[in-house]
Amino acid sequence: MSVALRIVSVMQQIAKDQQITLPPLSDDVLLHETGFDSLAFAILVVRLEDDLGIDPFTISEDADFPLTMGDFIKAYENVLA
Amino acid sequence: MSSREIFALRAYLGPELKGRTISDARQVWSLTNILEQTCLVGRFGELSGRSVLLAVADQLISAIAMTEIDGVARRMLLCPPDLNVDHVKALIEDAEIDAVVTDQPARWADAGVHLVVADSTPARSAAKSKTEHATDWLMLTSGTSGVPKIVRHTLEGLTGAIAADGPARGAAPVWATFYDIRRYGGLQIFLRAIIGGGSMVLTEPGETIADHVARLKARGVTHISGTPSHWRKLLMSGSASGFSPRYVRLSGEIADQAVLDGLSRTFPAASIGHAYASTEAGVGFAVNDGLEGFPANMVGVNRDGVEMKVEDGSLRIRSTRAAHAYVGRNAAALTDSDGFVDTGDMIELRRDRYYFVGRRGGVINIGGLKVHPEEIETVINRHAEVRMSRARSRRSPITGSIVVADVILADGCDVSRSDDVRNKILADCRASLAPHKVPAMIKFVSSLDITAAGKLARHDA
Repeated sequence: MSVALRIVSVMQQIAKDQQITLPPLSDDVLLHETGFDSLAFAILVVRLEDDLGIDPFTISEDADFPLTMGDFIKAYENVLA
Repeated sequence: MSSREIFALRAYLGPELKGRTISDARQVWSLTNILEQTCLVGRFGELSGRSVLLAVADQLISAIAMTEIDGVARRMLLCPPDLNVDHVKALIEDAEIDAVVTDQPARWADAGVHLVVADSTPARSAAKSKTEHATDWLMLTSGTSGVPKIVRHTLEGLTGAIAADGPARGAAPVWATFYDIRRYGGLQIFLRAIIGGGSMVLTEPGETIADHVARLKARGVTHISGTPSHWRKLLMSGSASGFSPRYVRLSGEIADQAVLDGLSRTFPAASIGHAYASTEAGVGFAVNDGLEGFPANMVGVNRDGVEMKVEDGSLRIRSTRAAHAYVGRNAAALTDSDGFVDTGDMIELRRDRYYFVGRRGGVINIGGLKVHPEEIETVINRHAEVRMSRARSRRSPITGSIVVADVILADGCDVSRSDDVRNKILADCRASLAPHKVPAMIKFVSSLDITAAGKLARHDA
């Protein structure tokens, strides 16, 4: 499974647990439009760290805060590439 | 004061009670004849009136040395085996130590204090040590970091709960504990064995649980104590079969219903009690009704010299069994102006019982909200598929902290069911806990760290 697909699948699982209704997750969707609050993002980052072995936002202190789904996925792809 | 009026351990060690022993995995000593033995090779006279640090690695030799030093020295500071070397200098200064009893003389050669070397094979003593002083017993708190605090007890205070409970019914008890006897919880059991006319089985460093339990069975242990973490470890080991103590005691951590029920299933013939005690406040009380928490009517009354109150959510104890003071140059006050010790243990009243919710200093911060990890663990532990758990916070720089839980599954729980178990635990957490306390993630692990004091290790607290 690609990194992008994994991220989307973990998001869907969290959305289900947290009772969040996700919009279609295209690259240009703004993160704040996903319905994820800070708790849901915290869970996402921690689960992805366990799943992929990295937390790109810890590795790079000055990483730009991602604004869109595309930025978020790229942050993971850049570290794993 | 005549020596008869001074309360010292040797008064309980006469030759009249036969067959008493103290043992570890390597040696068995007669307690009946212990006063004829010395591990100080007759040098206890040199310790008269001194402030003595008892720094003997071996627990059995420490125990014998305690019986020789009590009533002779002015002070005796009990040194647990894991004492950090970096803290020694500060402790020697704070406790005004001027003599060290040790089995590792090289380690103390530069300490600038009088050294008495303890012999690892006690010998028959020509001279008997006599009670001259009421010795202060100094103990170290089991704090997580920094120099431990020194608290000052008297033997009378340390044994207050033992006197209140009265002698054990039936045959003389054979006591054991998972604690080291240089810690408050372990010392209580050692003193119970000495004062109650019984025997004592000590732990052995590095021994497997299976070997330890085999030894408990072989020595006929009837009474045994440990922390809930110690007990969960024993239940998990599968080694308990054939071991049938009469009394099982828990202390030092919150005893939740799950561990109490697990012990009563494993030891159906035993009475099971959980005790509240701390190095500072002494033994507060024991609860023997098989339920977690304690009856609310225990608060506010003076029972055997122990009074409790609740202030700002924490349990406060005023007691004849409490330590007298912290010792040292910058020692803080041990009690408030009314003589109550703030235990730092947070409790909550539900119907007619108080329940422990966690340590004041142990809260984890989740999005600005305070969470006691123990409260979450209690909900997780009540599932039959769970043996033990630890809740903790995990941080991520852009997103704040979340609660994650590490869970050890009970024996016989099929690992392939872990998804079901996870969902079941999470559903229960959602139903029982505020949303920010529900673990964001449950991780199944095969072990959790236990500290030297027998408590679940909490790295983020």
